[in-house]
Amino acid sequence: MGTVPSALKHCLSYQHLLKEQLWIGEPAAPPPAAPHPGQVSQASGLPEYIKIVEVGPRDGLQNEKVIVPTDIKIELINRLSKTGLPAIEVTSFVSSKWVPQMADHKEVMRGIERHPGVQYPVLTPNLQGFHSAIAAGATEVSVFGAASESFSKMNINCSIEESIEKFEEVAKSARNMNIPVRGYVSCALGCPYEGNIVPAKVAEVSKRLYSMGCYEISLGDTIGVGTPGSMKSMLEAVMKEIPLSALAVHCHDTYGQALANILTAIQMGVTVVDSSVAGLGGCPYAKGATGNVATEDVIYMLNGLGINTGVNLYKVMEAGNFICTALNKKTNSKVAQASFSAGAIN
Amino acid sequence: AGLTLSLRAQVSAAAASGALPKRVKVVEVGPRDGLQNEKSVVPTPVKISLINMLSETGLQVIEATSFVSPKWVPQMADHTEVMRGINKLPGISYPVLTPNLKGFQAAVAAGAKEVSIFGAASELFTKKNINCSIEESLERFDEVMTAARAASIPVRGYVSCVLGCPYEGKISAAKVAEVSKKMYSMGCYEISLGDTIGVGTPGSMKEMLTAVMKEVPVGALAVHCHDTYGQALANILVALQMGVSVVDASVAGLGGCPYAQGASGNVATEDLVYMLNGLGIHTGVDLQKLMDTGTFICNALNRRTNSKVSQACCRL
Repeated sequence: MGTVPSALKHCLSYQHLLKEQLWIGEPAAPPPAAPHPGQVSQASGLPEYIKIVEVGPRDGLQNEKVIVPTDIKIELINRLSKTGLPAIEVTSFVSSKWVPQMADHKEVMRGIERHPGVQYPVLTPNLQGFHSAIAAGATEVSVFGAASESFSKMNINCSIEESIEKFEEVAKSARNMNIPVRGYVSCALGCPYEGNIVPAKVAEVSKRLYSMGCYEISLGDTIGVGTPGSMKSMLEAVMKEIPLSALAVHCHDTYGQALANILTAIQMGVTVVDSSVAGLGGCPYAKGATGNVATEDVIYMLNGLGINTGVNLYKVMEAGNFICTALNKKTNSKVAQASFSAGAIN
Repeated sequence: AGLTLSLRAQVSAAAASGALPKRVKVVEVGPRDGLQNEKSVVPTPVKISLINMLSETGLQVIEATSFVSPKWVPQMADHTEVMRGINKLPGISYPVLTPNLKGFQAAVAAGAKEVSIFGAASELFTKKNINCSIEESLERFDEVMTAARAASIPVRGYVSCVLGCPYEGKISAAKVAEVSKKMYSMGCYEISLGDTIGVGTPGSMKEMLTAVMKEVPVGALAVHCHDTYGQALANILVALQMGVSVVDASVAGLGGCPYAQGASGNVATEDLVYMLNGLGIHTGVDLQKLMDTGTFICNALNRRTNSKVSQACCRL
């Protein structure tokens, strides 16, 4: 392994610089043609394949201080489409009054390249948003419930029950149009207002979303307070109501627990993990703290576990570098930080 | 086929359920490993205050300093003053690094009651670091072991580069097991396995520990994970699931990585304790007092904490 003189390094493109990184390794092999749900690796007892759902363009950018121009958003999504990621959450069809960062939802939806084999879900909080999303070309939507009444009230000004009723309207229309719906449950491991959340409540809300037709339920540790202990208890309760193959985890890294929590979920058989390129998206409930777990760090861990994701880590890091440059911020991904910092060893 | 499936499921369930230790001993390495790898050199009174504050948190082991030549490690030049200056609370151990007999003797003269020695699982790393082979480095420690035994001073052994080396790249688990076995046979009561550049993942951690546990009883093992690639807590979780019950960490995540400029190094003690608390594992450590100590040293160093728990200013 030769060392690259630093002067030469400055001339090299970002990609070449990345290739010098010994620890990133080769791109992961493509996923098996038809992975059986819950197919378990012989040696480790872990799933053979994990689906990564990239939420950077939506959850990430929505929680960044700087509002990103439409063309940058489109460029980011197009780059992510080339990494092998199977699902990229594109935008949110909510009123721009509430979420100005997502005001350009139509332009983004219409402007992005649509790669075959990649899903581009969008958030639709109600029927109006759903219709708008479909008109703009969306082929998959997501609805957001919460396991906390207080959070539901503070966030969308209605009770959990009322929010479920709204989602049922969306689910019904979606069913008629053969549009898959993904359900999110926020505050699965704790709430900024209520504190502790009972696993049974998470199971109850998950079941409601699943029964109305959501094909997948993403369980979100919204404020990142969960630990492997609370993750396990929560999943045990939810797994009584929802098949494992329909579960995903959406962990925030606000307390540094995300990868340990994700590992716990994977050990229990969860095969879908949400993450955000460069760890975009701070935590709106803890000033200055981080939010989403970084896609790069998740993939690094899964690669090390011999688990297929189909995702090229180098390309994700490049996309991460692109958006961080555009946002003029440092990446939240430790893998990216380590890979760019590693100087030549003499 | 049905039987194999259910057996696999059981193994999986056991792994998932963790069969975790009920108690974990946290070895605080901030004052030594942490400060040694910080850019700013910290004045002696600040070091002493740091260690005294750590002594009030419930931590049972606090690595105080290193008796190496100040020519090599200027940050630890005040080792004698620090050792003499700190409050040594009963029930707390204050191990110090001793690279050779001279350092050992200086340490004992300054009041040390426990010492540590450092080996590595990589020949190139050993050559670059201390200009000899692994075999030769262990021979040098023989003298220390003999003197320590005579003085009834426990010796902790560190193995560096257990999950990867900045020069050699991949490190074979068998090599780690071999070096660990040697150090354990020499008389080290505990072997701390260090992921020196933080490249390890739960996969490589498991593979390495499986090999080492064939040679050294799990009760004598510790893990020393670096968070350079964000993998530390996941790696520690796997180690716990395999029965390891001693974990090294550094308050505020002090100590960058000398092999990746600007990258982080040691895992933060606060973040570790937060996870262990959530798992219902007893550590005896008061997280609030620990965070206060982290705040103190970060102010003194004029730097931000590397602990995410501290950053979140959590409402526990």
